[in-house]
Amino acid sequence: MPARLLDLCRARWGERLAPAFDEAARLCRIACGADALREIHDWLAGELGFAFATLVAEDTKDAAGRPQWLLTYLYYRDAGEPWVALALTAGARDPVVPSLSGLVNGPSLDWHEREIEDLFRIVFDGHPRLGEFILHEDWLEGAAPMRRSFDPRRRLREYLPDPDWQPPTILTAPGAFSMPVGPVFSDFAESAHFLLETVGEDVIHTIPRFFYKYRGVEKIAEGQPADRALLLAERFSGTAAFAHGLAFCEAVERICGVEAPARARALRTLFAELERLRHHAATIAGICNSTALAVATSQAALIEEDLLRLSAEVARHRYLFGVVEPGGLAIDLSPDACRRLAAAVDSAAERLSELHRMLRYSSSFLDRLEEVGIISPATALSYGLAGPIARASGLARDMRKIFAYAAYGETEFAVPVEQQGDGYARLRVFFAEAGQSAAIIRRLAAALPDGPVATQPFAWRAGLAMAAVEAPSGAAFHWLRLADDGTLSRWRVTPPAFANWHGFHLAAENFAFQDFPIILASFGLSNAECDR
Amino acid sequence: MANWVLKGLRTGVRTTGFPHRPDRSPGVSPGRPGGTALASAAAAEALALRCPTGAIAPDNGGVSIAHGNCVHCFRCREDREGAAARWEEGYEWAYVPAEAAKRAEKLARAFGRSLNLRFIDAGACGACISEARQINNPYYNMHRLGFFITPTPRNADVLLVAGPVSDAMRLPLKKAWEAMPAPKRVIAIGACAISGGVFGPSFAASGGVAEILPIDIAVPGCPPPPLAILDALLVVVERKPPAASVSPPEAGA
Repeated sequence: MPARLLDLCRARWGERLAPAFDEAARLCRIACGADALREIHDWLAGELGFAFATLVAEDTKDAAGRPQWLLTYLYYRDAGEPWVALALTAGARDPVVPSLSGLVNGPSLDWHEREIEDLFRIVFDGHPRLGEFILHEDWLEGAAPMRRSFDPRRRLREYLPDPDWQPPTILTAPGAFSMPVGPVFSDFAESAHFLLETVGEDVIHTIPRFFYKYRGVEKIAEGQPADRALLLAERFSGTAAFAHGLAFCEAVERICGVEAPARARALRTLFAELERLRHHAATIAGICNSTALAVATSQAALIEEDLLRLSAEVARHRYLFGVVEPGGLAIDLSPDACRRLAAAVDSAAERLSELHRMLRYSSSFLDRLEEVGIISPATALSYGLAGPIARASGLARDMRKIFAYAAYGETEFAVPVEQQGDGYARLRVFFAEAGQSAAIIRRLAAALPDGPVATQPFAWRAGLAMAAVEAPSGAAFHWLRLADDGTLSRWRVTPPAFANWHGFHLAAENFAFQDFPIILASFGLSNAECDR
Repeated sequence: MANWVLKGLRTGVRTTGFPHRPDRSPGVSPGRPGGTALASAAAAEALALRCPTGAIAPDNGGVSIAHGNCVHCFRCREDREGAAARWEEGYEWAYVPAEAAKRAEKLARAFGRSLNLRFIDAGACGACISEARQINNPYYNMHRLGFFITPTPRNADVLLVAGPVSDAMRLPLKKAWEAMPAPKRVIAIGACAISGGVFGPSFAASGGVAEILPIDIAVPGCPPPPLAILDALLVVVERKPPAASVSPPEAGA
């Protein structure tokens, strides 16, 4: 396949670019200079329709052994096509690279550039908004925690943030005032801050402030052996633990040249769908709760708890921690467990569709969701939104179809898509995907391939790999570089919540005050996943 | 029109019998290493090496298990080289940390049977938050035991904290605690809040809540199941005794 891409590249760029194909990482690397970067991005994202996945910064050394920065921009497109990696180098001192945030689908790169600027102190020339992002303003001026020279065990400060800190108020409408919400909420909510600009009843803008939960996961993983870092991969976002653990293991396996056995691939698919089913049941419970529909909330919460118990029963842990491991799985399912699993999932799916039926006939509920928190298809595309949120806005991107990892290549399933992009469209997508997940589980549990569930032991190898999985809330990218003793030298996690929170403020514009919790719930996003 | 009242009535009562009866439904808890069957002292060392968080430590020829550090990775569970942890079902795990036990003030007596709770996410991964949220679902229904969530720290008796305490959450956490009237209690939920878990201490997070606030009760687990969190609340109002924080070494098998 890369032949076609190489032809296209030659036809458009001639001798200016020299693409090289890395078979092991399934990655087409194009080295480019800062002068050509913007042009090549426009060609890839505009003309060829490639989607931006992630931006990775690394401290490396050039041929003469001098330190330099390596920035890798990763793109993907359709099933069977390789990754495209634009590799850009920059000098070690005061690095400045051109920003792509104003170009085609630039908003999808926007936060990546801000993150790299904040954590590496690499400046993106032409970016509209750099500065305080992940590290809040009371951080030590000039600290660059992701640089290799930074010691992750060192406490940067023993003092508390400024207790008199006030959120900046940027008001645009006459008579408006700002209403801060968070970071601590009045129920079991995750920490995040929202500054609502309001004139009393209507909210005009929402300015979110995230990364209250930044734990530096990618930094503290550096130097850890892969099996220890797996604990971090599973635990930085506990409600999508299996998906992130799976992406991490897929990356490790690609580097070490191992493949999980067929039974493990089928079981990985099964557990990933079980997690998605539970995640969606929880999101549906959250949406019902945000509209104060008590019985429906209880019904969805019962289904969620039943699925949590089922997970612990067949896979030991309620959130599927400790199930996936490099090379395969740590557990196997007995035929009896498969039968119980299929029966329990069937019952959950049936109860979910009954709940959906009843919700469709509850006009007071629908009134709260319809035409609320709209994301247009154009926004979904340019912001690179992911998962059910994007699919509710007509963007049918699904990593399970594009990369066909685990056993998705051999599994039949549909990718439900809606066009309206409002809260109700998102709810319908959550219900439809839950139904698909249940169908996949049922099919796999009935016909699991025989054989072992793990390829072990295998030898560690140095190398790099990119793995993409469809986590419950969308595309998760894990870019991994291992040293030859199996320790991590750079790990870049791009969770779906990172893309989706970026688009959230667009849905939370010009709405009635009481709709805020509903818009929030209809996104069903995790801050732990975004903040890392 | 959907008839929600009828739907609710038809569903019936699903609530657990805990604390009046132990709940042994499958899947209510992941369980935890409770003790060990060890062939030799060398096996003890090998088992301790398998534990990635240092919860299992060689002790007097056997191993002791510090539950606050256990993250349920299950790596000690399978029998290898003559060493395996004995897996213990259950969820009555809440314990009083040594520093809290030393404090002069007695733990309970301060409250009647009812508590108002305030929850703070101090950098938790989402699993602890999800489990804490479950105590409000029909299976666990904390209201029947007199436990309520309050929207303001001014009305709160108990602060539930999950997560290793990321730097940005230090101040909100401290402010919430200071806004609570005395008597007040702090419950640390999960391995991260107790010891920093897999995250802390690091450049971005503390090694647990105790670095910022005095902890009165710790609920081990990664995450602790809903029944373990209910158990901790019952310990606060002295309706149950606390558990031990460490399983001491046992005689070899």
